[in-house]
Amino acid sequence: MSDPTAHRVPLDPDVIRADFPLFERDFGGRPLAYLDSAATSLKPRAVLDALDDYNERYTANIHRGIYTTAEEATAAYEAARASVATFIGAGSPSEIVFVRNATEAINLVAHSWGRRHIHQADTIVLTELEHHSNLVPWQLLAQEKDADLEFVAIDDQGRLDQQSFEVLLRTRPRLVAFNHVSNALGTINPVREMTRMAHEAGALVLVDGAQGVPHGPVDVQALDVDFYVFSGHKTLGPTGSGALWARRELLDAMPPFMGGGEMIREVHLRHTTFNDVPWKFEAGTPDIAAAIGLGAAMGYLGALGMDRVRAHEQELAAYALELLPREVPGIRILGPRDPAERAGIVTFTLPGIHAHDVATLLDREAIAIRAGHHCTQPLHERLGESATGRASFNVYTTTDDIDRLAAGLRSVQRVFGAPDAPAATDGDRAVRYPVGSHG
Amino acid sequence: MDDLYRDEILEHYRRPHNFGTLSAPDVSYEGANPLCGDRLTLMLDLDEAGTVTDVAFTGRGCAISQASASLLTDTLRGRSSAELLALGKDDVLELLGIEISPARLKCALLSLDTLQRALAERPADGVGTAPDGHA
Ligand SMILES: Cc1ncc(COP(=O)(O)O)c(C=O)c1O
Repeated sequence: MSDPTAHRVPLDPDVIRADFPLFERDFGGRPLAYLDSAATSLKPRAVLDALDDYNERYTANIHRGIYTTAEEATAAYEAARASVATFIGAGSPSEIVFVRNATEAINLVAHSWGRRHIHQADTIVLTELEHHSNLVPWQLLAQEKDADLEFVAIDDQGRLDQQSFEVLLRTRPRLVAFNHVSNALGTINPVREMTRMAHEAGALVLVDGAQGVPHGPVDVQALDVDFYVFSGHKTLGPTGSGALWARRELLDAMPPFMGGGEMIREVHLRHTTFNDVPWKFEAGTPDIAAAIGLGAAMGYLGALGMDRVRAHEQELAAYALELLPREVPGIRILGPRDPAERAGIVTFTLPGIHAHDVATLLDREAIAIRAGHHCTQPLHERLGESATGRASFNVYTTTDDIDRLAAGLRSVQRVFGAPDAPAATDGDRAVRYPVGSHG
Repeated sequence: MDDLYRDEILEHYRRPHNFGTLSAPDVSYEGANPLCGDRLTLMLDLDEAGTVTDVAFTGRGCAISQASASLLTDTLRGRSSAELLALGKDDVLELLGIEISPARLKCALLSLDTLQRALAERPADGVGTAPDGHA
């Protein structure tokens, strides 16, 4: 994503943690080692204050009331839109559609753009790395239109195989949709290069930036993509906030997604003319507080500097990739080996111990990780794992959190009596954990 | 540390009872926990009266789901289909004898769920109807 040498002073997570009230809570004499930021991030005081401010001082609906608080609310909502636009390098705030989350944004594109432009026998190219959110909406569309789905393969480090992509582009797909950063393996995908290739083949490109925006600088114009989506709640913002960005011409030409108030210009009993973008896509009263909170998150992260955020997470990833194999015998770490190719996400398995058991035992030491398939079941099948553990980082993550994880994993191994040298009972375990075969 | 991972549970996980397959089972069903991808295949041999004569399971899962399958299958031989259908969540939790958090309940009950579905799928013999959801 960024050149790690470009950062100035490194982030100091110990200072940053003071902004996150959750760290004040006592979990048995220590703070929580929160290693599940890829699921949702913690929220800084600045975001919580913005929510409170709207809810306590200027609650009002937007775009309608002709009184002070309504005007304040409208201004704050639209200012948040402008913050999001600036944060991801959009050409104009009018290209930002507020949605509840990345999933809703992808569904919006599938319904509005997809139903108009995808026809029978058309191809949509996805990848083996996709979150269910960037898979199921396209399955539904493909079923409805009798279109085809193709999948870019991954290599043994969970990187998209560019040769396989090139071959699939020969099908002349209408759309290529893939994630910026894999939530399951942390892989940072070469968005700009893949977009160039897709455009040459005549396809539009949708990028699922749910893990892109939180973890490094994003400039949608430099990436040259057509659609970019992300969730606010993974980006230090509130749940219920998220955004779709698309090039203005595309949004202008797309039919509305949902009908109702706000998205209209004139309504007659039998027909309606629609509002301009982005409001055309924002039917009904939106989550005003969440949008305003997202704007505050953009401000907070912007002040930190996303190049420094990226450098911080790359350092943590490098630290974990070095520490865990040394401290935790037998641990299998999935995904790219080079920290420069991975975001702050480290996914692993312990031989003979199920990820659920790992997570339950870590929880007792106030360490929160994700266990399961992380909404990437096809990827897990491809990897031959039914479940993995995942530690994911954010601006407030420290090397101390990772030290606690390593020590925690050692004690999980002790509970299970897992030997330092995996011999003896490993034979019968292998029956239940066939390495490299499908689960 | 409480006893969620007490030795008996871990022992059933490491060396599950009835782990394997039956050569020509009367009932065979693969259950799955969609949340985590755990799978469990349960096989039963029944006599004409519908009494369990043998049982086996295979699959992969966490210590809780594997131990629960091991403990539950241990109790099935010699029981009638009607008795199996009457088994409920509390029976399994009692077998496990540990406190299960809501997040892990699905793991603990995968074996029971699979058993109930297996019985419901079985060719009609007047005993089984649709399983009672226990979620
Ligand atoms: C890569 C990726 N895409 C999409 C999503 C879906 O995000 P949301 O549930 O906020 O819509 C996630 C969240 O886990 C994700 O990591």
